[in-house]
Amino acid sequence: MSAAGETTMGRPVADNLFRMEGDEVRLLAGRKRADGRLRFPYPHGADAEDYDLVELATEGKLWSYTVQRFRPKTPFNGDGDDRNFKPYGVGYVELPGQLIVESRLVADDLTSLTIGEPMRLTTEAYRTDDTGEPVITYAFTPIREGATA
Amino acid sequence: MTDVQIVGAGIHPFGRTDGRSGLDQGVFAIREALADAGLDWEDMEFAYGGSSAAGAADAVLPRLGLTGIPFINVNNGCATGGSALLSGYSAIKSGEFELGIVVGFDKHPRGAFNADPEASGLPRWYGETGMMLTTQFFANKITRYMALHGITSETLGRVAEKAFENGTRTPHAWRRSPVDLETIMNAQMVSDPLTKYMFCSPAEGGTALILASEKKARELGLSGPKVRGAAIRTRPLGSFEVFAPSLEIERGKSAVELASAAAWAMAGVGPEDVDVAQLQDTESGAEIMHMAENGFCKDGEQEAMIANGDTRIGGRLPVNTDGGCLACGEPIGASGLRQIYENTQQLRDRADGRQVEGARIGYSQVYGAPGLSGCVVLER
Repeated sequence: MSAAGETTMGRPVADNLFRMEGDEVRLLAGRKRADGRLRFPYPHGADAEDYDLVELATEGKLWSYTVQRFRPKTPFNGDGDDRNFKPYGVGYVELPGQLIVESRLVADDLTSLTIGEPMRLTTEAYRTDDTGEPVITYAFTPIREGATA
Repeated sequence: MTDVQIVGAGIHPFGRTDGRSGLDQGVFAIREALADAGLDWEDMEFAYGGSSAAGAADAVLPRLGLTGIPFINVNNGCATGGSALLSGYSAIKSGEFELGIVVGFDKHPRGAFNADPEASGLPRWYGETGMMLTTQFFANKITRYMALHGITSETLGRVAEKAFENGTRTPHAWRRSPVDLETIMNAQMVSDPLTKYMFCSPAEGGTALILASEKKARELGLSGPKVRGAAIRTRPLGSFEVFAPSLEIERGKSAVELASAAAWAMAGVGPEDVDVAQLQDTESGAEIMHMAENGFCKDGEQEAMIANGDTRIGGRLPVNTDGGCLACGEPIGASGLRQIYENTQQLRDRADGRQVEGARIGYSQVYGAPGLSGCVVLER
């Protein structure tokens, strides 16, 4: 987990999912040329032809949430096994005027999350690959006064 | 236009049956349904069948007889059974056939389902980072619903408690021992706010129903509930459904709301006319939310209804009288037909030990990935 506002070193889990530049991270979405409708994630393959790549807002409000308490089966490939599995948050964050996006959630205490609380985009190393390099995905974390997530 | 009746019903007990394949359980259910109606396999003019993890449903043919009938394999996620029923219903309603069978069976490995992102048109990272779990969807949906509509955790527990209580009365149920509210509430958390007793498990089982036109049923001297309405709908824009990496801010109706509205319109009856209901209870919260989505109450009214025991057998609207998915488990191919089997038994006064006295209208609703629902209205 990184401190709020800082991004984590490593390689992104996928192309065209988010953009990292220094300490900045931005989720990438598609805007359909025909009707202007947003779609996340940015579509891949032939489907992408009708879309322009756009960046989403980095802050929003928690729309709903849960905690994943058991280690999922494949294709989940996070670090560890059933015994040392560390529960993680999964929820939805409403980005004003754009979309409600699903995301992993990071917080000191996942049970303290409340619907409607302000959230900020960050990154999270959710696994280490065979070469020892961290693999990075996006996550949202609560914006709380004086707290580091 | 002819009415369609269910003139035979068979089930292989749900749960775990070691040494018996999913296919075996499907064949068992078909033989039970044939025996129930006093018919032979050779009498069947068509078949629709589905299985998600136990092979092609038409593999029952060599076991039952290669009679040359059209057998169409149906695969529609958790709504496979509902889809088979709707297909069989349409085949008779169209006048093309007069007598046929629908079957569903399955056998899943233990533990939660694992989904393949690419098979659902989703990117690989969605599964790899651990966000493609049906359990998370249900937990997220009920968390928001509880916050908006004042549903408490205890109500989630009461739904599970009722399911296990009804399971004790049901020969085809998997979980046949009661579990008290305290145990349910204090059990291991699976996906907050849902504990392990509040989730159904993938399981095994088979169900078969024989459908006949009203005319054919009369000729054969058979009777059974009429299918008054049957509809399937998929996710509309603005709904919140399973496997959704993003949602529209402007909220819309759900697949369940569309399917139920269509079934009510077709049946010419409404939720107030229903005597017994089987609603998709993948987890406790789903039963609560589906009560409102199918029109049985307004959002939030479930809290008082469930505390009052309205949804128990003997209550105003008994829901999931055989214990539902929570007590029966969920063999995907068989689950939707189990609901209709249970309503058929209720409407024939054959639900010994769990009978809803004088039940005349039975309603069932199945829900599955990636956002579809099937609803069926039966009348005695």
